[in-house]
Amino acid sequence: MTQKFSFVVDGKPASVTADPAMPLLYALHAELGLNNPKFGCGKAQCGACTVHLDGAPVRSCVMPVSAAAGKHIITLAGLGTPENPHPLQTAYIAEQVPQCGYCLSGWVMTAAAFLKSNPKPSDADIRQAMAGIKCRCGTHMAIMRAIKRAAQAMA
Amino acid sequence: MNPTTRRDFLKASGSLVVSVSIPGSVATAFSQGIGSSATIGGKPPLVPDQLDSWIAIFPDGSVTAYFGKMDMGQGVDVAIAQMVAEELDVTFDRVSVVMGDTATSCNQGGASGSTGIQLGGVTLRNAASEARRILVKRAAKRLQTPAEQLVVEDGVVRDPRYGMVSVSYGELIGGQHFHHKVEWNKRYGNALALKVQAKPKDPSQHKVVGKSFPQKIVAEKVYGRAEYITEVKVEGMLHGRVIRPPNAGCTPVAVDESSIRSIQGARVVRDKNYVAVVAEREWDAVRAAEALKVTWTPQCAPYPPMEKLHQHIREAKPNGKGMPVNRGDVDAALKGAARVVQAEYEWPLQSHASMGPACAVADVRGGEARLWTGSQKPHFARDGAAKIAGLPIDKVRGTWVMGPGCYGRNDAGDAAHDATLLSKLTGRPVRVQYMRHEGTGWDPKGPAAVFRGKAGLDAAGNVVAYEFYGKGFTRQEVATNESDPKDTIAGQLTGWKPKATIIFQHPAEVYGFENKRCWWETIPTLLELGSPLRVSHLRDPLGPELHFASESFIDEVALAAGADPVAFRLRYLAHDARHAAVVKAVAEKARWPARANPNRGKGDVMVGRGVSYTERNGTVVAMIAEVEVDRRSGRVWAKKFTVAHDCGQIINPDGLKLTIEGNIVQAMSRTLFEEVRFNENNVASIDWATYPILELADAPESVEIVLINRPEMRPQGAGEPATRTVPAAIANAIFDATGVRVRKVPITPERMKAALARI
Repeated sequence: MTQKFSFVVDGKPASVTADPAMPLLYALHAELGLNNPKFGCGKAQCGACTVHLDGAPVRSCVMPVSAAAGKHIITLAGLGTPENPHPLQTAYIAEQVPQCGYCLSGWVMTAAAFLKSNPKPSDADIRQAMAGIKCRCGTHMAIMRAIKRAAQAMA
Repeated sequence: MNPTTRRDFLKASGSLVVSVSIPGSVATAFSQGIGSSATIGGKPPLVPDQLDSWIAIFPDGSVTAYFGKMDMGQGVDVAIAQMVAEELDVTFDRVSVVMGDTATSCNQGGASGSTGIQLGGVTLRNAASEARRILVKRAAKRLQTPAEQLVVEDGVVRDPRYGMVSVSYGELIGGQHFHHKVEWNKRYGNALALKVQAKPKDPSQHKVVGKSFPQKIVAEKVYGRAEYITEVKVEGMLHGRVIRPPNAGCTPVAVDESSIRSIQGARVVRDKNYVAVVAEREWDAVRAAEALKVTWTPQCAPYPPMEKLHQHIREAKPNGKGMPVNRGDVDAALKGAARVVQAEYEWPLQSHASMGPACAVADVRGGEARLWTGSQKPHFARDGAAKIAGLPIDKVRGTWVMGPGCYGRNDAGDAAHDATLLSKLTGRPVRVQYMRHEGTGWDPKGPAAVFRGKAGLDAAGNVVAYEFYGKGFTRQEVATNESDPKDTIAGQLTGWKPKATIIFQHPAEVYGFENKRCWWETIPTLLELGSPLRVSHLRDPLGPELHFASESFIDEVALAAGADPVAFRLRYLAHDARHAAVVKAVAEKARWPARANPNRGKGDVMVGRGVSYTERNGTVVAMIAEVEVDRRSGRVWAKKFTVAHDCGQIINPDGLKLTIEGNIVQAMSRTLFEEVRFNENNVASIDWATYPILELADAPESVEIVLINRPEMRPQGAGEPATRTVPAAIANAIFDATGVRVRKVPITPERMKAALARI
């Protein structure tokens, strides 16, 4: 019943042997032991499990692992590093955005894809693009500042 | 290697056990070095009256402070490091703060009531100042110079007359313990306090306190490198999932173990009315929990219909009563009043709805136990885990690992006991993580209540009588910590009997009404055992509830008196300069235009501004909200907040501002969106669709903050005070915008639209 699925995670080949219906989240977090993505709801309602699948943000908590086979996956840790940070990560640190920080994959991975397609967003664009991403600590003011700061840095 | 950063330290002390444990892991974990004993031998016992329980200085001059409260993401630990660095006269970077481990810190109460700095920090300040006194005394001996002639710069003690002659802290004590007793008030928790011979610095000398330092942990989080409670792995651990009944109050009659037989490695764990599944792999535990067939006792309809909750509260026979304010003769003054204003307000049950459902890992084996928990009170969680495990407290170590958000007694407390119970029953380490429906549906709730304000005015519009009454659930149907299994679901389902604590309160303000009475009544719980609607502390317990009502009501009284809401408040705050100052400061900053009547917008989008002011445990906040109300959709957008905030001495201004912003946005969410839905048999708010919270589109455009710094005062709290000011500021702004008074939270578009239709 289980099958082997292989993909590339943050630039490194990886594989898991699992139930094809198992969400990708469990492959990355439980089986491969990555810190991110995180389990927030299992219903694609909050964003905490967001990763890039071949460049596009997806909610790994509802995507079966079988659908990710052969694809390139980028997690928050693969988006950038202290040596080579993504501008959003630099902005998030400068603005000291996270409090608990459990939501970060949702905001940063979604915003990274959004800024690629819309490099000069208005405030209204950003508010709309981030619909469906949750932050319980109420860091939204700092989130806005950081996304705008990153957009400026990337311009 | 000397652990010099918090992360190194945690690793060295075995706190973050990620795939390192082996069978017998408890003993291994204990021997891996508790506190700094890995580098400094012969540490005195971990008791509050030993200076070594608070401060350690390493040979390289680095300092570790052991903190028995917690940071939940706002950077309290940064402020603690600043206070310790200040008193010791070392640079900020030299200080690491270790918190949340029963093996390394004394129980200062965990995160609790915004007291991290106010109580916890002051204790560390005293300890650090005593450490400096001892070190300088030793240096005096070594340098043969009177102590009062010595100066300390970044941990180097010298005689300023002879620049070259100096000795460092590292040389004076690095690698040894102080073995010095301090005076302790013999209390644990928030009340723990120390008395020392040293006198902390005069605030005018502060160089580190009062400056902004960032949180180092933020970068680790942002690069995806921080390890949360959800990442703790113990070798050989099982994954557990709990099975909650489909209807509140039902207990299992039969469990069909064959229903999960096809799932490899999955099995049922049952103890009395408690049912769970465990499996070797996490996904298999999730699937097993979904597939397991359980026969339950018939539903028993323990709850009133949701729409009748507040009627139930009004009609319920009280089980507790208090009258903390009773000044003058309110009844006589009301009788003689030219006019009486009266209004009632309602607040719903609310969920912590933490960003992720709680997770905990426990390892109960060989007469010892370890617990890893995201609970904000790990010492208390350890105490409760010891009872569940049937072990003496000193055989159990509790370690906090940052979790998916925590603002009170959320589901983390329950998960700690679930993991402990499952490990005890299986004899294996067990990791439990809830699913979203358990996180939102089964966490302890913030209390629902009704409030009534009544005020008498004379012919000139002066308040001659004021009464404020609240009635609702006690805010502690289960305790604020999980030190006793009677307060967790796992405990209650395995035979521990809960007992609520009767506790309620009155509005925190100092309005100088001559005849003033504030009183309250509490009502019994709806369901005693294992209730998803049981009540406990949610950020600023009863704060937003009470002050939504009391500060809305003050606006209603001001209107009746024909007075401007700011001027009216100031009229009754004239005797308290500090309280009046926040109201004046916020009005000035927001350029508040005096008005006696609401503006009542005419167009589709109506704009208004509202003020409110509150106190919380020594911190005073005033706020002006500017809202837009869309007549067509009923949507309320709190577009702008101006805030004046006085929490005494400010330790870290930037951290404080971010904390205030978080308070405001979270409280906005509670005011405009949040209400726990339920039916007669169960909770119906079980995820983000059924328990919506604020999203980015609803966040304000700007939050302007005036920080009032009072270095001469002790620092007060900031983690909650701004929360309680928000709801009435919004409601009062809605009134200004529309002329409609909303007296029920949440102010959803449907409710707003219906209220607008009534005028």
